[in-house]
This record gives sequence, structure tokens and C-alpha cells, in this order.
Amino acid sequence: MHQARELRPSRLKVGIDTRFIWLISTIPLLTLCGRAIMGELTANPIEFISQFTGWWTLFSLLLTLCVTPIRYLFSLPVVFPLRRTFGLITFVYATIHFLTWLVLDQFFDWTEIALDLSKRPFIYIGFVAFAGLFILALTSTNRAKVVLGSLRWRRLHKSIYLIAILGVTHFFILVKRDVWEPLMFAAVLFVLLGYRLFLQLSNGRR
Amino acid sequence: MQGGVASLAAMAISPASAKPRDERNFPVKFESKKSEFSTGEELTTYSDVTRYNNFYEFGTGKEDPFEQAHRLKTDGWTIQIIGEVHRPQRLDIDQLLRLAPLQERIYRLRCVEAWSMVIPWIGFPLSKLLDAVRPTGNARYVEFISLHDPEQMPGQRGASLDWPYKEGLRLDEAMNPLTLLTLGLYGEVLPNQNGAPVRIVVPWKYGFKSAKSIVTIKLTEKKPATSWNLANPREYGFYSNVNPHVSHPRWSQRKERRIGEFLKRDTEMFNGYSKWVAGLYRDLDLSKHY
Repeated sequence: MHQARELRPSRLKVGIDTRFIWLISTIPLLTLCGRAIMGELTANPIEFISQFTGWWTLFSLLLTLCVTPIRYLFSLPVVFPLRRTFGLITFVYATIHFLTWLVLDQFFDWTEIALDLSKRPFIYIGFVAFAGLFILALTSTNRAKVVLGSLRWRRLHKSIYLIAILGVTHFFILVKRDVWEPLMFAAVLFVLLGYRLFLQLSNGRR
Repeated sequence: MQGGVASLAAMAISPASAKPRDERNFPVKFESKKSEFSTGEELTTYSDVTRYNNFYEFGTGKEDPFEQAHRLKTDGWTIQIIGEVHRPQRLDIDQLLRLAPLQERIYRLRCVEAWSMVIPWIGFPLSKLLDAVRPTGNARYVEFISLHDPEQMPGQRGASLDWPYKEGLRLDEAMNPLTLLTLGLYGEVLPNQNGAPVRIVVPWKYGFKSAKSIVTIKLTEKKPATSWNLANPREYGFYSNVNPHVSHPRWSQRKERRIGEFLKRDTEMFNGYSKWVAGLYRDLDLSKHY
């Protein structure tokens, strides 16, 4: 049924230069570096960096999931390539977040890392989500799409929904008491996934 | 009067105060000689001690207390000591300051979130206050109740915890010489964000056991309900002794990050205060009574 929508004239004909998006995506990172230089990473810089990069990972992940609804709701096929751009930006922030844990927080203390991974739900959930992002980033190229075949590629990349659920869960269970922020992320994710479910169901009915 | 501004000039500046803070110096003389209970470890900076706090009454962010605590009015503060005591009392801060000689105690503080600090507190053992009110034979526990006033404490407008904040100790824990009724830090009056004007400090337990901005101390026969335990009994026990062998359900307690340091340190049993407190728990299974 999407075809019918695509026949409608697009309101935006020009393409979006993804380099511009990449440039914008460095703002949080530059902010973090700026704060580091100014000595404004709080009394516990590692915790701050970890929370900061985690937050922006989830933010860009939700942004990635916004692309498809925006495309259909506003008939803007031009935004479609941004799925990949935002997805890769998510991966970049997730990598910094992961390395913060591995290097700054644990400093290669393998005993503690093994304990974390085996015993702490929020760590292994985060780890699984990161591993998933890693696979999606690896297979994000046009070539991978050809090698995998369109159908398999699309199935694989549907796992972004699961990764998003894991990511928000990871945030949810690590906070001590104040669940307001994770709750906001969960609400947005609920709407974004709900929209897709709605599309599926209404398409199926027709 | 003697306890007030007059004695400012006579004040001994503690060796711990790297910088003298003349305008805010502690109003009465305190013993600055190194206490046998004090650690010789490097102090956490004044700036970190006063800017990085868990004090949910002012918000759940670490810097919320620093930004919001100016709303707290400590003038005319009184603390009541009630319950199973022969001489219930209501004391103002001046009366409290005159109750016992003040000392500086440099303690490690271990937060349940696996970070730690070293802080030079000023106060006197809580036992001095408890002796003054003479607990009855029924007294088994001591309950601490913090101020409840959403006007002054904006964090209380939300339901992050059940207000007022409540904490408690067994009477023998409260009588331990380490348990400090605290009125100052770093050679000055307690900053609001650190629990002004009066708090307790229980250095062998996770930080949340050390109630801040206390208005009521109540001696009881039954174990008092405590805020974090009510919020999540599986994660925060009544005892909450620092214990590297009992992990928090969601993270390890084996190590801690000392604020200002990069590499984590090993967490010590009872936060390194075993010598004075291990005897309190001789008959207790600490993995059950966490």
C-alpha cells in the first residue's frame, strides 16, 4: 500500500546532504570535549561521560526510528537515506559509550568485566544491544545489501527494534530511583513502534 | 553567647582546611588534633564535597543539591529527641553545640553507588546526645527523621522517595564512638547541601544511612522503617554496612571510585572500620542482613 503514497508528489525534491547531518552529530561530542577542557565533567567525570554518551546513543537511536514515520506521514522519501546516517551516528555514540565502560570505568579489569557481563542485567542487556548495533553497522553498506539479498538484509535490520527496546531497558534498570528520563525514552519508543505495528495491521487488513 | 560569634577569633583553624575560609569559619572552637578515628588519607577537595551530593530532597541530580539547597532555611532550627527516653528534649543548634566538645573527624564516605570521598567532618559522638536524654530500658533503635518541607526542599514535590526521609540504627550502632553527630565540615558550618544544620555520619555504612537535616531523633523499641529500604527492600537493607562481598543486585560493591582518582580501589569491609565495628555484627549473617 506504500506505493500509493509514493505516487503522491514529494514536497521536498532535493536530496539531503548527509555530510551536513554528520557535522551536526558532532555537536554533543564537541560539547563533551569542551566540558572536559573546562573541567566541567563533575566530580565523577567517568560517570558523567558514561551517562552523557549513553543518553545521546538512545537519542540518535530514536531519531533513526523517526525517519520512516516522517517519510510516510509527510510524504518525504528524501529523508529515507537518513536511516543509515542516524543509525551509524547511533553506533558511533554507542561505541564511545561502550569504550567508556571498558576502558575508563573498568580499565580492562577482566574479572570485574566478566562478573558484570554474567551477573548484571543492565550490563549484559547493554552489551547485547551494542553487539547488535555492531552487526547492523557492519552490514550497513550497499554492498552488504547486495550480498545478503534485499529480503534477508531487511529482516536483519528489523532487529533495530529489538535493539531499541534493549537500549531503553538498559537505561531503565540502571537508574536508582528517578525513572522520569528512561520513561520519556520508553514513551517515545512506544509511539514509534506502535506506529509501525499500526501500519502492519492496517496493511494486513486491506 | 560564648558559643556564638565571639569565639570566632579564638577559633583554631584545622590543619585539614587547606584554605582558610574566614567568613564562614565554624562558630565555636573545635578539637583539631587528629582523632584516633581519623584517616590520614588525602582529602577530597572542598569543591567536590560540596558539589557532588546525593540529597534527593533537592533533586536526584548530583549537582541539584548544590544548586537548590540555598532554599533551605536553617535559622531557628531545632531538633527534638523523643520516644523511649527519660528526658525528651528540644534543642536549638546553640544548645547542641554546647552539649559536648567538638572534634574534627576525617572519615571515608562510601556511597552505595560505588564512589567514595574522604571528608573532614566536625561534630561529636552521637552517644553524648543519647546519654544526655537517657534512653529507657525499652530503647533498642534510634530513628532519624529529616525535614519535610517541599517549599524549602523542591525535590520533595516529586515522589522520588516517601517523605520525610527516615533512617535508623540499632542503639548499639548509634552509641558506637564512630557515629558522629555532625555540624560542620572543612572547618566551617555544614553547607546546606551537605545536610545542614545537623546530620549524622556513620562511616562504616553506605552514605544513605547518614541522615541529613535532622529534625527528630526518636528512640524506639521496634526497628524503624527506613526510606531506601521502603523504596526497594531487595536492594537496600536496614543495615547497609559497606561490604565488598555482598553485591548490590544491579552492580558490584567490590570496588569503588574515589572521587578525584582514575583507577578504582578495592572496597574494604565496613569501609575500613572493622576494628571498631566488626564486633557489633558477630552473631549476624551479613549476607542475609545486608
